[in-house]
Amino acid sequence: MNLGIGGPEAETSVGAATTIEGRSPSRLAFERLRHDRAAIGSCVVIVLIILMAVLAPVVAHLTGHGPDTQYSFGRSPAGIPVGPGRHFLLGADELGRDVLVRICYGARISLLVGVVASSLATAVGVVIGLAAGYFGRVVDTILARFMDAVLSLPYLIFAIALVSVVGNSDRLLVIIGVIAFFSFASVGRIVRGQVLSVKEKEFVEAAHALGSGDLRIMFVDILPNVLAQVIVYLTLLIPASIVFEATLSFLAIGIVPPTPSWGDMLSEALQYYQVAWWYLIFPGLALLATTLAFNLLGDSVRDAFDPRYNRLFTRKGASVLTHTVLLNTADEDSSL
Amino acid sequence: MTRFLARRIAFGALVLWVVVTVVFILYFVAPNDPARLIAGRLANAQTLAAVRHNLGLDQPLIVQYGHYLSRLLHGNLGYSYVGNESVTTIIGQDLPVTASLAAGGALIWLIIGVTSGVLAARRPRTLADRSVTAFALFFYSMPTFLLGELFLLVFFFELHRVGFNFFTVTGYASITQDPAEWARHLILPWFTIALVTASIYSRLTRGSMLDVLGEDYIRTARAKGLTERRVIYRHGLRAALTPVLTEFGIDLGTLLGGVIVTENVFGLPGLGNQLLTSITREDLPVIIALVILASTFIVVANIVVDAFYAVLDPRVRLT
Repeated sequence: MNLGIGGPEAETSVGAATTIEGRSPSRLAFERLRHDRAAIGSCVVIVLIILMAVLAPVVAHLTGHGPDTQYSFGRSPAGIPVGPGRHFLLGADELGRDVLVRICYGARISLLVGVVASSLATAVGVVIGLAAGYFGRVVDTILARFMDAVLSLPYLIFAIALVSVVGNSDRLLVIIGVIAFFSFASVGRIVRGQVLSVKEKEFVEAAHALGSGDLRIMFVDILPNVLAQVIVYLTLLIPASIVFEATLSFLAIGIVPPTPSWGDMLSEALQYYQVAWWYLIFPGLALLATTLAFNLLGDSVRDAFDPRYNRLFTRKGASVLTHTVLLNTADEDSSL
Repeated sequence: MTRFLARRIAFGALVLWVVVTVVFILYFVAPNDPARLIAGRLANAQTLAAVRHNLGLDQPLIVQYGHYLSRLLHGNLGYSYVGNESVTTIIGQDLPVTASLAAGGALIWLIIGVTSGVLAARRPRTLADRSVTAFALFFYSMPTFLLGELFLLVFFFELHRVGFNFFTVTGYASITQDPAEWARHLILPWFTIALVTASIYSRLTRGSMLDVLGEDYIRTARAKGLTERRVIYRHGLRAALTPVLTEFGIDLGTLLGGVIVTENVFGLPGLGNQLLTSITREDLPVIIALVILASTFIVVANIVVDAFYAVLDPRVRLT
């Protein structure tokens, strides 16, 4: 892993012939992202979903339907939910509630859990990974083994067991905690691996010689060099956390009803899909669009930071570096 | 090799011990009272005391912990609080369903994943490659339960309405009694698990295959005049499969956790559904047994994969 993230290939830099300007790796990455159509598209979708979540009360106001209010005209006399139409844009659910309004409020839960849990996991993973990689020896042995152990737990089963013990109070916090606990180790492992190589570089030695303290070297000198990987992983962790929360809620051990969440809606929809397809399709679309957009964005971010990287996923634990042989990598070191 | 295995097994045992202890703390030290669960909310103090005494819950925690560990070591998983059936019997009943689901699903995802990965790697950056990538991303982003529900809606319900009755989703048929019915009941659950996981394998195979096809010995094989097929499959794929097999081993270990959602969507009476039911009933012995069983699978799978990896790839040194 060299310092400059990605070589100065600059396929897109137009004015390169006239003036040559120095650009930082993050600047280069941002430039590449801006010209990536997939990245722009997924950003648009993500912004739309954020707007949906933020403007949920507005949607509720416009439709005149509260998120938890049950409307008698939302069900036929036989108790079958009313489909999309005049009263309900996206139909009603089995209790006569507005599916559209509930999807908007559900977006709040999904985004909240997704962003908070993955940020927490990343922060903890970075600190532990830095400590393990930097201090080495006993600290490393203990922390690395601990991360191995966490990664070798059946996380869904454990999450279910944990959440079921805790009961209904503070469920949101527990879910966030559980997701963060089972995700930090994969971040920690990646950071540790990076730190192990970065800490041997001359500039770290220089920092030691200048009398910098351990904390300063870890966070000021080493951290920026592993940040690219961390950002990539964070973007991919968000959709994973969203799916995790939705799965828990689907299994009725996540967000406690009647608080709207996509997973819970989809679990109810399982009982009614034969008479109310809209109840399954619309929350499903919202969930799929969100995870798809974040995964696509994560893929683009990785591509932007390291164009040599083979696009699309490296999984938790199994981070297989797969270089595309077709790309010319000969000039990669000239950036140093 | 022996030393390596011993170390891995020791670490595995340590992880299992931690799991067992955490479960013990969760369910016996945490502020909930198993005796009250069994005796019911209306039980009087006398009944509660009797139940506590029967379960040994009136003894000091450390003694209870000792009993708990020794029972587990003897393979005695206890009796369900609901219906008094032995937990071993319950697991014995549900395991075939879960195993059928897991085995079929794994076979399908391996086939789809590896085939599409090889296809993409043979023609990188073509339409075929891009389509495989797009499909992989799509299914990778798809939550398992959502895919299952969509399958229900499209293949079961909508096809049923137009008179195509092949897919059925109610219940489960044993393979020993009627293999055809068994497969008919499981085909939708199989594809639900398989498609989501195949996306990962597709990418993994593609990447690994591209790496291998860039190696010198592939050029040599081509220069020798071997047919392209032989180069790709005999020389290329064989080497490219190592990381895929590693992933496969790990995934098989975690599959017990992965089937929960699928079993729930399709109402299959397997271990996953058993766990969910036990949790709503607060049936501690069953929950504990299943958590430990799942952890054991993963730990064993990890050890097997590491050992296997070393056998497959002589460059890996075991220390």
